Amino acid sequence: MNTIQQEQKNPSLTMNGIGKSFPGVRALHDVDFYLRRGEIHALMGENGAGKSTLIKVLTGVFSMDTGSVRLDGDPLLIRSPQDAQRHGISTVYQEVNLCPNLTVAENLFLGWEPRKMGLIDWKQMNLKAAELLRELNISADPTAQLDSCSIAIQQMIAIARAVNTECSFLILDEPTSSLDADEVEQLFTLMRQLKDNGVGIIFITHFIEQVYEVCDRITVLRNGELVGEFEVEKLPRLALVTKMMGKEIDNLSELSVDTDESRFEGEIPIVEARNLTSDASKVAPFDLKMYAGEVVGFGGLLGSGRSELVRAIYGADKATQGQLLIKGKNVKIKNPLDAMKHGMAYLPEDRKVDGIFEDLSVRENIIIALQAKHGMFKRMSRKEMEKYADEYIALLNIKTSNIETPIKTLSGGNQQKVILARWLLTNPEFMILDEPTRGIDVGTKTEIQKLILKLAGEGKSVAFISSEMDEMLRTCSRMVVMRDRRKVRELTQGQLNQNTIMRTIAGGEEDNE
Amino acid sequence: MNNSIEEHASKPFIKRLLGHRLTFPLVVLLVVVIQNIITTPNFFDISIRNGFLSGYIPNILDEASELVIVTLGMTLVIAVSGGVDLSVGAVMAIAASFCGLMLNGAEYRTDVFHNPYGLALLVGLLGGGLCGAFNGFLVSRLKIQPMIATLILYTAGRSIAKQITHGQTIYIMNPVYKYLGVQIPGVPIRTTIIISVSIVILVVLLVRLTSLGLYVQSVGINNSASRLVGLNSRRVTFMAFVLCGVLAGAAGLVGSSSVGSVNSGELGLTIEMDAILAVALGGNNLFGGKFSIAGSVIGAYTIQAITTTLYAMNVRADQLNVFKAIIIIVIIVASSPVFKEKITRMTRTVFSRKVSLGGLSDERQ
Repeated sequence: MNTIQQEQKNPSLTMNGIGKSFPGVRALHDVDFYLRRGEIHALMGENGAGKSTLIKVLTGVFSMDTGSVRLDGDPLLIRSPQDAQRHGISTVYQEVNLCPNLTVAENLFLGWEPRKMGLIDWKQMNLKAAELLRELNISADPTAQLDSCSIAIQQMIAIARAVNTECSFLILDEPTSSLDADEVEQLFTLMRQLKDNGVGIIFITHFIEQVYEVCDRITVLRNGELVGEFEVEKLPRLALVTKMMGKEIDNLSELSVDTDESRFEGEIPIVEARNLTSDASKVAPFDLKMYAGEVVGFGGLLGSGRSELVRAIYGADKATQGQLLIKGKNVKIKNPLDAMKHGMAYLPEDRKVDGIFEDLSVRENIIIALQAKHGMFKRMSRKEMEKYADEYIALLNIKTSNIETPIKTLSGGNQQKVILARWLLTNPEFMILDEPTRGIDVGTKTEIQKLILKLAGEGKSVAFISSEMDEMLRTCSRMVVMRDRRKVRELTQGQLNQNTIMRTIAGGEEDNE
Repeated sequence: MNNSIEEHASKPFIKRLLGHRLTFPLVVLLVVVIQNIITTPNFFDISIRNGFLSGYIPNILDEASELVIVTLGMTLVIAVSGGVDLSVGAVMAIAASFCGLMLNGAEYRTDVFHNPYGLALLVGLLGGGLCGAFNGFLVSRLKIQPMIATLILYTAGRSIAKQITHGQTIYIMNPVYKYLGVQIPGVPIRTTIIISVSIVILVVLLVRLTSLGLYVQSVGINNSASRLVGLNSRRVTFMAFVLCGVLAGAAGLVGSSSVGSVNSGELGLTIEMDAILAVALGGNNLFGGKFSIAGSVIGAYTIQAITTTLYAMNVRADQLNVFKAIIIIVIIVASSPVFKEKITRMTRTVFSRKVSLGGLSDERQ
């Protein structure tokens, strides 16, 4: 690999003053990014920070509005991903972008197969593949079909393919999110080896521990702006989380939530999970108690397992281990309908994918859950449906021209209110609200926060997930903190301040406490 | 003619009219009917011949009946799965074979019923339902694409039907057998018309009085959201396929009764394509979701009306499909989103007004 020689000249990839806007959104503003050869550089930020936009600008998927990219000091214009590859910039995405029904060798050489007299030289190809795999210490048979390999190996083969094309810069977009601990370790070994070969690696991940394990530098983005570039040793975990979430640690502006700590003593929880987990979620088994009249926040970074935890309770992912008790009674929840019949409701994180029926009317979207609870042959009368729809449209102040309008024509905030109405109509005792305020306007946000407090006041138990710390502090009386797919701590009233929450989310410092 | 105030006032109405899902299928049907008025002066004549109503319109209603029944099931399958049931024609043959076997026993030509007529019909419907259940299992449980899953019975179905009737075309000579497909003595309307209309009403009631329609649409629009609101999307999909099988069975019984025999090689041949087309003509989304029974039924009658019209214009049977194809290309292009958008843009210009007025005056000729 001639990359080592190039490294001696200390060349690098520089992005300066990058700006990119989409209609109505400023995705990136004046961002600098500097990648050296032979380093692993973490790119960190919460949802909407601009990580993926920056990567897409670098790889030529998007064109930038302002700024410049330089390779070894020379200006570089990247028009397309193919262009980026020609300049030695390759990307491996979370979803492996290979052909599962071809062999490992075919995948490695697809598009530049060694040829003999115009035909593919299979022997040569398999030999070359074996050599490449040996070089990178990847234990895979070149003639094996790709989908017979584990996801980790597939990911490494994707990397090998990228590296094989004379790549000096490699972008890994959340490569570890579907790997287990051993597989992650294998991947890291490969990454370190590539680093020693002089490849500059951009590593995007949600797992803070992994950053500290493998990276040299961290660049943090927030709301499309650069927060800063840091050396890993000089940036404690807590400081990193603070920078990602944009809160100053000493700004202790806690709101007092007037709950008595011993309030629930002796009371039977509405929902109690004991050692519960599901296969799909990959969350470590957890215990949890939810009482009537309380709002419990679920904190943690994106990908920490907040959503997966509540999905296991609701039966959206089928529980494979542990017990679930409703009001002290052991119950089996096989699917969401069971959960609904036990008084649960679940507002999913992704409104468009899991929430709305876009072509159905507002009325149908409101009554669908209650109708499903009643069953197919106990159809509500049209009048009844209209009465409910009207009632909840008025209650939640939903702005729609009439109840027969298709929901897809409503604004995001109003769609979310329709889904809230859908669940309120089933009169649940335990409500799971996963990011109910994401992507909706400020006015509606406040309305929804007020509604959450009102529901708790009426004796409902609410599980509230939000990426906005302020919002959670304002509404929650207790907070469950998740980190790396594990429930790490429950914070009660006295500990509910930004300082403690940040510390717990960041982790790695529990020994000092 | 060029009263601009009137035009202005009528705009929202036109917009609403253009937006309505049944407008397109109705317009197509209207065009076919107008065409007939021009070319076939006796199109609307209805007379009583051989003891029942006869004429172009009763003929169309009669001959469309199998297609109408099959189209109902196809509509549900397309709505729930975004895929099609290719096996409906073969299922018609299977259902009729079951019924024929019950009635004829092992004989290939007889005028004695070996079992009660009603029981035989029931067994036929059950056979159709079983086929539907098989398709439904493949699609809802094994997650096989509907087109591939139903290709199995599409390919094997007619062979299976042949095995049921011991490899022969069987003739059921008892005149009672023709009650279903031709006429009940003393009733001046063809039984097929009565049956197809009743089945349409039944299905509409089923969709309206239960939540089946809402469930089917919900699953068709968003499967993952359906699960989260407590719907059993597998069961809903399965039910739609079973229903489609039963309806195909019913069409098979009607079809076999109208000719008095069970010929598994001929019964319902290529009807699946007409049924899919009818659903498309009815303004339904072929990717699943919202559906309209009324639209599909209009679509089915339109297809039959086109066939009858072409015959009335003395198009030979071997030329028929060419003409049909041309008409269908025109219709499908006219209903494509790209074309519709062009039209909508054109209606905003002065030019478009002239076109629509021109169209109106054409009708008056």
